[in-house]
Amino acid sequence: MKRSLVQYTGLMGVLLLLIIIFSLRSENFLRIATLITIANQIPDLTLVAVGMTLVLIVGGIDLAVGSVLALSSAVMGVLMVKTGWSVWPAGMAAILTGLTCGLCSGFVSVGFRIPSFIVTLGMLEIARGITKLVTNSQTQYIGSAVEFIGEPLPVILLSPAFLVAAAAVVAGQFLLSRTVFGRYCVAIGTNSEAVRMAGIRTAPPAIAVFAVSGFLCGLAGIAQTARLSSADPNAAVGLELSAIAACVIGGTSLNGGRGSVISSFLGVLIISVLQTGLAQLGVSDANKQITTGAVIIVAVMLDAIRTRRVHRK
Amino acid sequence: MTTAEPVLLDVRNISRTFGAVTVLDSCCLQIAAGEIHALLGANGAGKSTLVSIIAGLIPPTVGEMTLSGQLYAPRDKQAAEHLGVQIVQQELNLIPTLTVAENLQLNRLPHRWGIVNRRELHERARAALNRFHLHDIPTDLPLGQLGIGHRQLIEIAAALDRQCRLLILDEPTAALTAGESETLFAHLKHLKTEGVGIIYISHRLDEVAAISDRVSILRDGRVVNSGPANELNAEEMVLRMSDVRQSSSKSDGAKSSVTDRAAMTVAHLSCGPVRDVSFTVYQGERLGIAGLVGSGRTELLRAIFGADTMEAGEVILPERPARRYQHPSDAASDGIAMLTEDRKANGLLLPSAIRSNISLSSISRQFSRFGLIRQQQEDDAAETIVHQLDIRCTGIQQPAEQLSGGNQQKVVMGRWLVRDADVFLLDEPTRGIDVAARRQIHLLLQSLAQTGKALVIVSSDTSELLEICDRILVMSGGQLTDEIRRPESRGTGLPPDRASDWTEDRINRAAFQRPQRQTLVPTGKASS
Repeated sequence: MKRSLVQYTGLMGVLLLLIIIFSLRSENFLRIATLITIANQIPDLTLVAVGMTLVLIVGGIDLAVGSVLALSSAVMGVLMVKTGWSVWPAGMAAILTGLTCGLCSGFVSVGFRIPSFIVTLGMLEIARGITKLVTNSQTQYIGSAVEFIGEPLPVILLSPAFLVAAAAVVAGQFLLSRTVFGRYCVAIGTNSEAVRMAGIRTAPPAIAVFAVSGFLCGLAGIAQTARLSSADPNAAVGLELSAIAACVIGGTSLNGGRGSVISSFLGVLIISVLQTGLAQLGVSDANKQITTGAVIIVAVMLDAIRTRRVHRK
Repeated sequence: MTTAEPVLLDVRNISRTFGAVTVLDSCCLQIAAGEIHALLGANGAGKSTLVSIIAGLIPPTVGEMTLSGQLYAPRDKQAAEHLGVQIVQQELNLIPTLTVAENLQLNRLPHRWGIVNRRELHERARAALNRFHLHDIPTDLPLGQLGIGHRQLIEIAAALDRQCRLLILDEPTAALTAGESETLFAHLKHLKTEGVGIIYISHRLDEVAAISDRVSILRDGRVVNSGPANELNAEEMVLRMSDVRQSSSKSDGAKSSVTDRAAMTVAHLSCGPVRDVSFTVYQGERLGIAGLVGSGRTELLRAIFGADTMEAGEVILPERPARRYQHPSDAASDGIAMLTEDRKANGLLLPSAIRSNISLSSISRQFSRFGLIRQQQEDDAAETIVHQLDIRCTGIQQPAEQLSGGNQQKVVMGRWLVRDADVFLLDEPTRGIDVAARRQIHLLLQSLAQTGKALVIVSSDTSELLEICDRILVMSGGQLTDEIRRPESRGTGLPPDRASDWTEDRINRAAFQRPQRQTLVPTGKASS
């Protein structure tokens, strides 16, 4: 158990360092209000990053997350606005939408041995297209019926969406480190042929991670709909890159076999603290992008150096 | 040793070690200009290492060479080619996406200011191909669209197209048809008259007798014989390749525990190079499979295990219907285990802990409940295996990649011991392992046999098979060509062979035997 805590100290250190820097530069930063802002911004990215971590660990990649999120959100919005469904069944429909998309990607990629990069790139376009079809390319305004999901609860000051995301992080880490499924995922990402020769079918877990990723995109779609009070067909464009960045900052290997859901969550926190902090300092969008990009590269560089040192021992 | 022709290449006391293993031990070899010099030897005798040194691919550890009287120490392949030494290796060095013409002249494309002169490229390629009677191969065809035999010919044509004084061919005819081989021989004879020296490695003894002028035989990294080809017949060549000291006397480490209960029967199996192989392995038996590299031994094991799909045939286990496994998981559930040849490529999860490597095959059925890992049980099982197999490590959390080869192999063995199987398929279980670990693996195999497990052991080390097995099958060209029994073995209901037949010599003879042609047609197809 101690060993696993040590692996987070580097990321925690970076996070703390960022918080200290921003607190020194801006007196508004270290306030409850800021923390609440951050906590209520991150549920969608967190949910997506948990799924992405699992997909990356088996050696795949899911580029469709942003589009699938938008499609789930659109399904929910259309059902509530046009058909008059209430929030819970519409939410279930959003989750099912995400799950279906993920299952499709997984089946095609694993079943036909097509790199998931290509399959999910296709799914990215398809899901976005369907989103525009079902919404008629118009934002579906829902209003207060969904807003409660993204609003802070009394006393704990955290939103239900954040709590769900936090639960997903805990569940994801548990799945990865304590279950046979998680063990298979790491093993397949490390050396899928060795797993096959050990007498294990690699296809079911390899497909399942895409289903999990799709399911979490559905949840993230609900979170985003709640935050925006509406379903925006152009929502979450480019979210896949933020999610991959969070995973990579957390030390997940793009070659598969290595990663941790908690580390990815710390990656999400680092990205959002950085963005909130820079925004508070009044840094321009251009400079914000440059800084975020540099942080991603430096984080991965440090990780590469660390891995090389471990290998040399 | 002296011939009328001047000495072209003189190899003096070349040795080569890899780590603690000596592959070549003071080798001497003289190649005359205008001679075809055959290099023979069993698996691992050092032939490929020797020619790799001559071609500049690897440097010798000790020793020197001269080429036409000049000191010759090529820094790399390019340097050797520059001095007129060309090698055509067993594995093809061609790029499948480029055209035939481009492959033929890859490092000397005709160009002006960096722009390739297409017409000259194709004209030159055409000429090179025509010289080889390959009129029907278009020069602008991507190489990947050609069959393996044609690719081999093009590789040879590419080597012959360059100016060379010494040409090395490492098993050039392995993928060629008889007609293609004839074309190659005609060409080699022509080169000979131009004064080119040729080193020719082949396992086909009839070929060697037909085309070579002199023969050198390697055994355990030493040149044991060098002389005119017509002084030796095929029988004598095989005898000299075999270590005469390895004979029936070496049987102490192997108390037989063979029973007469069949553990697995393989019937008419065909898959890739494997053609119509049938055999039965009995409980408590250690059955060796000998043969040259490429004779289909690995493919046989992979097909039984379901790693490759069988084209014909079936696997029959006692009290179970005959099966043709589609996936290793099916074979594993029926109690078959397989240790792969290359433990790093497809055996171990290198960066993962010893613990997860050991539990991999059994975690879902033994160390989990409702999909949750039962950590304590898993740890206990891993600790037990580490202790039982004497795996030298800092603990069960240590990554497998940090272990020595022998300990890595024990980890993979341990995986199947935990899973528990009735039939073990072991592909080169002691390759690249030090002597002590090898001994431990042998003892482990023996104790497995004593508990009634059936073991099928593939090894390129014939003396190892003679030492540990109860019975040995020999493969050649995808077929079984011989079967020998340990003299004292009893119980299988068949009379034991004469003691004198439990020898490396007999195995080598069968391994070098050309299989009968007519059985190349898969016979099992009709029954399926």
